[in-house]
Amino acid sequence: MTALDRRSLLAGAAATGLAAGSDLLGFAKAWAQTTEWKPEPGASLSLLRWKRFVPAEDEAFMKLVEAFTKATGVKVTVTNESFDDIQPKASVAANTGQGPDLVWGLFSFPALFPDKCLPLEDVAESLAKKYGPFFPSAEAYGKVKGKWIAIPVAFNGGYPNYRISAMKKAGFDKFPTDTGGFLELCRGLKKNNTPAGFALGHATGDGNTWCHWALWSHGANLVDANEKIVINSPETAKALEYVKNLYETFVPGTVSWNDSSNNKAFLAGDLYLTNNGISIYAAAKKDNPKLAEDMDHAVWPIGPVGKPTEFQLAFPILAFKYSKAPNACKAFISFMMEAANYGPWLEAAQGYLCEPLSNYPKNPIWTNDPKNAVFAEAGRRSLAAGGLAPVSERIAAVLADFVVVDMFASHCTGREDVKTAIKNAERAAQRIFRNT
Amino acid sequence: MAHTALTRPAPVAVPTRSAWTRLRASRGWAGFWFMLPTALILGLFLAYPLLKGIWLSFTNTRIGREGVFIGLENYEWLWDDDVFWLSVFNTCLYTAVASVVKFGVGLYLALLLNKNMPFKSIIRSIVLIPFVVPTVLSAIAFWWIFDSQFSIISWSLRHLGIIDGNIDFLGDPNTARACVIFANIWRGVPFIAITLLAGLQTVSPSLYEAATLDGASNWQIFSRITLPLLTPIIAVVMTFSVLFTFTDFQLIWAMTRGGPVNATHLMATLSYQRGILSGTLGEGAAIATAMVPFLLAAIGISWFGLQRRAWQSGETDR
Repeated sequence: MTALDRRSLLAGAAATGLAAGSDLLGFAKAWAQTTEWKPEPGASLSLLRWKRFVPAEDEAFMKLVEAFTKATGVKVTVTNESFDDIQPKASVAANTGQGPDLVWGLFSFPALFPDKCLPLEDVAESLAKKYGPFFPSAEAYGKVKGKWIAIPVAFNGGYPNYRISAMKKAGFDKFPTDTGGFLELCRGLKKNNTPAGFALGHATGDGNTWCHWALWSHGANLVDANEKIVINSPETAKALEYVKNLYETFVPGTVSWNDSSNNKAFLAGDLYLTNNGISIYAAAKKDNPKLAEDMDHAVWPIGPVGKPTEFQLAFPILAFKYSKAPNACKAFISFMMEAANYGPWLEAAQGYLCEPLSNYPKNPIWTNDPKNAVFAEAGRRSLAAGGLAPVSERIAAVLADFVVVDMFASHCTGREDVKTAIKNAERAAQRIFRNT
Repeated sequence: MAHTALTRPAPVAVPTRSAWTRLRASRGWAGFWFMLPTALILGLFLAYPLLKGIWLSFTNTRIGREGVFIGLENYEWLWDDDVFWLSVFNTCLYTAVASVVKFGVGLYLALLLNKNMPFKSIIRSIVLIPFVVPTVLSAIAFWWIFDSQFSIISWSLRHLGIIDGNIDFLGDPNTARACVIFANIWRGVPFIAITLLAGLQTVSPSLYEAATLDGASNWQIFSRITLPLLTPIIAVVMTFSVLFTFTDFQLIWAMTRGGPVNATHLMATLSYQRGILSGTLGEGAAIATAMVPFLLAAIGISWFGLQRRAWQSGETDR
């Protein structure tokens, strides 16, 4: 006969998420009894996070924070900043040793200052054991030189958003699955005056993601696995020619676009195909149901390289070493990733975010609406920021400096020919990857 | 011979003054003490960051990681960097065009506002509005005005039947430069106009009366009386204007982020992008330090060219 004491009962409840959904606080209290990270007495945490795009996600997250505070007594102060402001603020905090205990930001920002991040091996291992393994790209974002310095909380799938009627009018019943068909679709859309448009401006999310897809789908890379610069290749030239052909079909103004420009244009009915998260669809469902009905999403077409080469936004969270409450930091990260918390929070995000681990319980957000399903694939299909190369402070600099975006934009606008565009990108890479 | 005893006069008891007393009575030391707080503030908040920035530019410091001295390497890389030279060109163009236009329009506005007119005070207050509005807000407003899809200008011209499609204001390098310069001018004119207006009001009306009696034309009055007497304040206001324009950041960052294809990157925005966003503090500091000679030259031109003229002291210009 198995002896059931209070502790094992609580552990069982926490592990299976019995208390999930209906009683977040009940679950939190049970979890607090069993967690291996006991917050320091009197600990309080400050968390800097990216500003939500979906209000319901923020509300669900704050409920989760509240439950954590009630269960553990650790007060968590949450501040929100826009995407572009997270990295500078985290950088200043890392440099000065003062600021938020936890930062939840974008892409590979923890790799900018790996020495300042609290090692999170134990948290990562625990999560991988329960819900894992982590997808390879998630692991790449969380680890630097084989050590976990951040936990990839979620991915944001950025996929082609298209108007179904415009696609059909352009002669396609289904969204093309290869880059050749994709170009033909864009040409057809342009011909019908229902143009496509993809950001070629300094758009941190949209610009970087689709330009890297275009580069990688042709088998080109900025650097290889050993960080050797390999951008000067025939594959890059082909990618440049391909994107220039695409650009000729775009709505005017894409070289000045930031991350919000395509949302506005699509919702206004001026744009019929672009890359974005689910936020356009979510906004359309709320304010313009007809448009929502006429739009859908697709995975990125596969290029000559013959396999998915998507680049999706990752949202890793880190804790700084200077935090006076490292255990509380780990406890909080672990708590927010527990399926009982993570599931409802992810559902509240309405498809804007998806899982970094492969074995979370199936979330209803991916099946409730077939148009959401594509976004569930982001973590599985995405490559990490470096492509072949490991995520590092240098890769973070490549993204922040828009090296790949500017290479494409300078060629598309006619400012530079193929050779010059590649040469300038190569030189920018040499500057970033130099050995000093 | 009478012996005269040469007796030493008894020493006069001079009251001894301690070093502390002497220090307290010294006017020089008093000056030193009065200047000390200011010197400390300037040293801490001005000299130290400047020197630290210059030092960083000679290191490979990254955010969160101490660097080592690498000599001129950051500058050598910048020397061969097309984007850096483009940002230098953009900064010079931006500063030169915006400053000249701001001065012309500002002076014209100041002369207008100096005349007697109804609702003078209200009009003067209204002129200040662009300067009072937070830069980021006005930049976002301009971003909408020049948006490639939703520009009010494109919309109006399309509805008037003048154009067929939207104007790609911020997508073309030249129009994008023109747009950011225009936004800077709009924002900067009130500062110059109001400051010059203050200068104009110090010119004695009797000079104008005498000139009018002597039959001077309007142009002669302006060029022989107004402009010379305004020169010192022009020197000050243009020095500030050039400094503000050269180091502008917010307008560009909010409107274009340096795009399209770096066509509107200024040295300040590039320095921020490389130093903070990319994390290469050393390189960002090198770009920022490279601004110093340009700034010194700009200040030198405005200061020595306009500030002291011999005739202002009753002598003849040489």
